[in-house]
Amino acid sequence: MTPDRIIVTVVGLAAAVGVAWFFWFKRTQGVAASAVSDGYQEQMVLVKGGYTPDTIRVTAGRPVRLLFRREETAACSEQVVLADFGKSAPLPTGTVVPVEFMPGDPGEHEFTCQMGMLRGKIIVEAA
Amino acid sequence: MRKFRFAAVVAVPVVLLSYPSVVPFVGDIFPRGSAQLKALWAVMGIAALAVLAYSGNQFFTGAWQGLRHRSANMHTLIAIGTGAAWLYSGAALLLPALFPTADMVDVYYDVAVVVTALVVLGMAMEVKARGKTSEAIEKLIALAPKTARVLRGGQEIEVPVEQVVVDDVVVVRPGAKVPVDGIVLEGASAVDESMITGESMPVGKSPGDEVIGATMNTTGSLRFRATKVGADTALATIVRMVGDAQASKVPIQRIVDVVAGYFTPAVVIASILGFVLWYDFGPTPAFAYATIVAVTTLIIACPCALGMATPMALTTGTGLAATHGILIRSGDALQAAKRLDTIVLDKTGTITVGKPAVTDIVPAEGVDKDTVLSLAAAAERDSEHPLAGAILDSAAERGVTRIGVSDFEAVPGHGIRVSFGSRPIRVGKRAFLEAAGIDPGALDDAAARLADDGKTPVYVAIGERAAGVIAIADPVKPDSAASIAALRKLGLQVVMITGDNRRTADAIARTVGIDRVVAEVLPQDKAHEVRKLQLEGRSVAMVGDGINDAPALAQADVGFAIGTGTDVAIEASDVTLISGSLRGVVSAVEISRATMRNVYQNLFGAFVYNGVGLPIALGILYPFIGLLLSPILAALAMSFSSVTVVSNANRLKRFRLQEVSA
Repeated sequence: MTPDRIIVTVVGLAAAVGVAWFFWFKRTQGVAASAVSDGYQEQMVLVKGGYTPDTIRVTAGRPVRLLFRREETAACSEQVVLADFGKSAPLPTGTVVPVEFMPGDPGEHEFTCQMGMLRGKIIVEAA
Repeated sequence: MRKFRFAAVVAVPVVLLSYPSVVPFVGDIFPRGSAQLKALWAVMGIAALAVLAYSGNQFFTGAWQGLRHRSANMHTLIAIGTGAAWLYSGAALLLPALFPTADMVDVYYDVAVVVTALVVLGMAMEVKARGKTSEAIEKLIALAPKTARVLRGGQEIEVPVEQVVVDDVVVVRPGAKVPVDGIVLEGASAVDESMITGESMPVGKSPGDEVIGATMNTTGSLRFRATKVGADTALATIVRMVGDAQASKVPIQRIVDVVAGYFTPAVVIASILGFVLWYDFGPTPAFAYATIVAVTTLIIACPCALGMATPMALTTGTGLAATHGILIRSGDALQAAKRLDTIVLDKTGTITVGKPAVTDIVPAEGVDKDTVLSLAAAAERDSEHPLAGAILDSAAERGVTRIGVSDFEAVPGHGIRVSFGSRPIRVGKRAFLEAAGIDPGALDDAAARLADDGKTPVYVAIGERAAGVIAIADPVKPDSAASIAALRKLGLQVVMITGDNRRTADAIARTVGIDRVVAEVLPQDKAHEVRKLQLEGRSVAMVGDGINDAPALAQADVGFAIGTGTDVAIEASDVTLISGSLRGVVSAVEISRATMRNVYQNLFGAFVYNGVGLPIALGILYPFIGLLLSPILAALAMSFSSVTVVSNANRLKRFRLQEVSA
């Protein structure tokens, strides 16, 4: 094998491993939703190529209000779906859209765009 | 489309100038290795950069935003693909010394430009087609009237519909829309409810009847009391329920979601490995081949087709159902409805009207029908027995003479005795007459025949003589038999469940063409009977009202609640039939099957497309038939695949339902 081929092979394999690590092995602590006066746990979520924050920690048994603000026109993110809570909402660009739900037992639930390409996670923690 | 037009205009000269072998004069004017060719490449490079920056900017910003979240999407693939083609070309132009051989020094600006143009065009077509899938819900929203005429301070005034409050008296003129839900106080008219219930015939309305907001009054005037306004109206609830259903997930989507989660990074990895393999083992110029294979692999992959396959079909299918007065609650209900093999129908209120009525009057010799009914109505006037209402309604309908009676006496379980002058009138069971020494004579034969047909015979006697027999039954809805035949045609076994005695149940079952009957079931045991059918390995739907049958609806694989006008949000049900007709069950099963068929077609198409397209893009056919896909063809295929998925979902809108005639 010529040196250039060895270099391409080693760099290529390293890049493939790097891609897998980068996309599939991310670990985030997430952001805890803050309590507000009306008893809700509230968190603003920015929608732009993804959800920021994309992991939200909430306490079980207390109502949650996620405030989605979409700052892009790409059609992919025009709807947010919280399938486990039976909730969804269209997200017009530049508008804050509240989505409310009651988290039950502790566990993890995804929220996604309609096509499941953009993903976020709600971690329900015991009270 | 401006972005596409710009890319297309730039693409034409860039493509023509990129193929000196196809366009001969290009080779003559710009010979290989000349300064003129370098200048041309520089101009093409700048033009291609303009296309990437203007037409393709959403791919780069989308990819960047995705990378910040450590996620990859279609934008990532297109951005890396077109970006790699442009960078390779830039390197060939500015740093040719980097390339091991001279024949590797070439540019691929045409790839960057044409791929951008095609993907932008595909996305524009997809957005347009996606808009069409949600037309049904938009049409529903557009039904909402803007104003209402209400009585305020004795004056009839027009107000915005948002200002109508519960208990307002609302006036609906001929040809006007009913603004909110309510109960008719005065007037008579026929109202076209087709937009909500799917029933094509206008429905007669008189005092006491329910009217649904957004329906169209025809010729008469109505005054009604508003009972549901704003977000509580049937229309608002329907729009909300359809919206929620469209955003829910078909169970199969959960598998797709897992695949989609790994798909895009996997394509990036495949493209890198493809590059390595082609560089190490491919023909020369290896770097050029490896780049083309890597770029083609990135471009051909279509995560969008995969992602859109089920949501698009679900949106169109649930919207189609709503336009026929069928509310499918979720994707789960839709998938379960597709698999059904048994339909359990509650008798009362589902197959039958749910209200007893006089069906036959058999007078004794020398007595006419109206006299029999008149005598019975006189006796039953003060009765609270459920059958009394049927006799009084029939008497009012036929306009029989009212006669005055006295000395009302009810003998529970047997009948009623009143006095008409000096003569007694007796209405009740045969035994009640027999106890008074009255012989029904020939009426017994008629009574036995009526009972065989599942009807309840009521004897009427005046003085010491039997006057006739009145048959009372809960009449079968006009379209029940045809709907049941249509369900059987769909391959479903139809089972009737009822609390009635076996004889009545069998008679009704015979009339409507049902061969399996579960009779004498207590209301609380219906869910148990559904469970028993499920234990036989059947996938069971239960059709009933949302209140008495709630446990059975919940137990069934799919619960169909027969709607009652404005009360559409029936909790226990998976599917609500607003019109209350069994025809809705037939339509719901057909729509569910068609929608799931569409979902499978889309998923099959998306998986096959990616499953076949990716290996071809990686050059799997090259060793055998020398075929290597061009990135431009890959872009064409990719755009076409997502447009095909959406167009296939839109095809559902033209789905023709089976004709069920009463």
